[in-house]
Amino acid sequence: MSELKRQVMPLLDLKQRQTTYKEVALGYTQEQATSEAKRCLNCKHRPCMKGCPVEIEIPEFIGFLANGDIDSAYGVLRRNTSLPAVCGRVCPQESQCEKYCVRAIKGESVAIGRLERFAADHAKQLDYQKVASNGIEVAIIGSGPAGLACAGELIQYGYQVTVFEALHALGGVLTYGIPEFRLPKTIVDREIETLRQRGVNFVSNVVVGQSVTIDELLEEGYQSVFVASGAGLPRFMNIPGENLLGVFSANEYLTRINLMKAYQPNSSTPLFAGKKMIVVGGGNVAMDAARSALRQGAEVTIVYRRSLIELPARAEEVEHAKEEGIRFELLSNPIEILGNQNKEVTGVRLVRMQLGEPDASGRKSVTEIPDSRFEIACDGVIMAIGTRLSDLAFAGSQSVEKERWGGIIVDQDGLTSREYIYAGGDVVTGSATVILAMGAGKAAAKAMMKKISELRKTR
Amino acid sequence: MFEILEKQRLNPTVVRLSIQADWIARHAKAGQFLILRPKADSERIPFTIFKADKKAGTVDFIYQIVGATTLILDSLKVGDTLCDAVGPLGKPTETTGYTKAIIVGGGVGCAIAYPVAKAMADQSVDITTITGFRSRDLVILQKEFSALGRHTLCSDDGSCGIHGLVTDVLAKQIEQKDTGDLLVFCVGPLAMMRAVSNLTKTHGIKTLCSMNPLMIDGTGMCGCCRLSVNGRMRFACVDGPDFDGHQVDFDEAIARLRLYGYKERQDYEHACKLLEVNHE
Repeated sequence: MSELKRQVMPLLDLKQRQTTYKEVALGYTQEQATSEAKRCLNCKHRPCMKGCPVEIEIPEFIGFLANGDIDSAYGVLRRNTSLPAVCGRVCPQESQCEKYCVRAIKGESVAIGRLERFAADHAKQLDYQKVASNGIEVAIIGSGPAGLACAGELIQYGYQVTVFEALHALGGVLTYGIPEFRLPKTIVDREIETLRQRGVNFVSNVVVGQSVTIDELLEEGYQSVFVASGAGLPRFMNIPGENLLGVFSANEYLTRINLMKAYQPNSSTPLFAGKKMIVVGGGNVAMDAARSALRQGAEVTIVYRRSLIELPARAEEVEHAKEEGIRFELLSNPIEILGNQNKEVTGVRLVRMQLGEPDASGRKSVTEIPDSRFEIACDGVIMAIGTRLSDLAFAGSQSVEKERWGGIIVDQDGLTSREYIYAGGDVVTGSATVILAMGAGKAAAKAMMKKISELRKTR
Repeated sequence: MFEILEKQRLNPTVVRLSIQADWIARHAKAGQFLILRPKADSERIPFTIFKADKKAGTVDFIYQIVGATTLILDSLKVGDTLCDAVGPLGKPTETTGYTKAIIVGGGVGCAIAYPVAKAMADQSVDITTITGFRSRDLVILQKEFSALGRHTLCSDDGSCGIHGLVTDVLAKQIEQKDTGDLLVFCVGPLAMMRAVSNLTKTHGIKTLCSMNPLMIDGTGMCGCCRLSVNGRMRFACVDGPDFDGHQVDFDEAIARLRLYGYKERQDYEHACKLLEVNHE
């Protein structure tokens, strides 16, 4: 194989992909991983690292893999990230580390993400010695990627970390959102178990803002609070018919499948069994919802108002969705969901869209083509068009400054307008990626520790 | 956590349960609810908090055996523990700022009506309560409601109290009252709440209904519990559960509750069989 090309990821057989939730990307073999690792040029200026929100020492861990030393490679990863097995699977590497890889100038970049996954999957699990506690208590609100990354950083330095989770299961979006075929839950559970072994205290079934307030946590001895409560409430389009039977937010559809295990035949949680489903949106969540609906036996069409190039989803997910047989109806936008007398969905009315000049943000504007209405028959619709932020975490507490659209305003350290209260992840950025949330969690942890230790010195 | 401390059967299918749940008891107020899973493979189901004891860290709620999950919940005994319980969820019922109120409860909805009536009575709101049941053997909380003062019990079949619907009783009471600053708080089956809201609307009486849609997480994340209120989409779990009855689209809410009816019946039968087998 030419040095210009990366190792091809082995995939599950297509038939199985269309009907089961088994993981699609099977992971490199030992030979593949070694060959791929040897493609790394070990550049002095390490351009890949600047693309990584958690600053993994990429050339180091790949160097160990090239020599077949998986455990040392894993050790490097663990030093930099709390969730390597997760990131290796769900990061949009093409727009991060791999984007800056020198190999990509004349060929394909090194498959950094796949190597990360290989190391995390195959290393001997390390025995963690608990770092002696320094007695300083920190509360983290939410056990999603931001919260876990923050906890992972703090625990290394002996902080007493308690993570509060509103749901019964830990992991946030990794657990309720991302499906098994893309991120097996055993992987998530293992990463969380590692944090638990290292001393992180997880408390599920606590809704901060309802069960207890942030102010109470601070009064009760927590020196600092990191708010990582997630993206909040699912958005709908505000078009007629959205409350018809058969219309779901992607959050609901995926929560039923992932958190509540509705994909298992004897699950107690019901799932709508649509024959022809439409998924509205173009992000990773839309791909996850569409591919799940396909596995439930539906014929699935993704409707997106821009074109293929603008699809915000991870490139590999779009590829996989297409391979599995999902149709794309691009440059089209729903204006009404149609129903029958029983209030059941019968179809969607859409308009064709056209792209215009890029706006201030660099994104192409999109406008409706006059007189372009058309209809698609379907019995189910899943809305995957993002979220709007919730105020729940700060209920009953003095609030912090927020953007007009609801995002919490933080400085470069993740500090909010209130001292000792930090925030990160989707609650700051709106719906974004796992790795950006992790980067924010890690940065906030560092800043919290600095602030707490400075305060102790002055006392 | 979540140990069952007391279990009291109120009628053949309705049970009051007291559980240890410190995090829920701490801030629970009238009108709020909790979500629980009896076992690790159970659905998450919401119940309104009937009573909370902050000091003891206990909460009471009342359930009716209607489906597989409540049947499994009912198979648990004192000393057993629930797999999960979380709360308090939703906004508390606004019980202050009123001078007089009529509280209307239907069926197992009376378990929600009572704590609201009690909270208002404690704040010296002049309250009248009406409870309605299909028949005598389904009556719950009769003593508790009577103890709050003016109370009318009615039944669909005339086997107890006044023979008639809560709306019949309510209509008469409205005629006799100065409705100027009256509040009607209503909770029960959707059809009943719709009928009450239609009645009070013609008289221009402010009416709050406690809505009970399907729900999963209870924190606004999934949007399963959405309703149309005054033409706007609202989430019962975080925006409610109380809404202005004159603005709720009850027809839509009734339709949405039907969505998984088929599977619910199937699972109920399956759970019945399963529990029978275990019993033998």
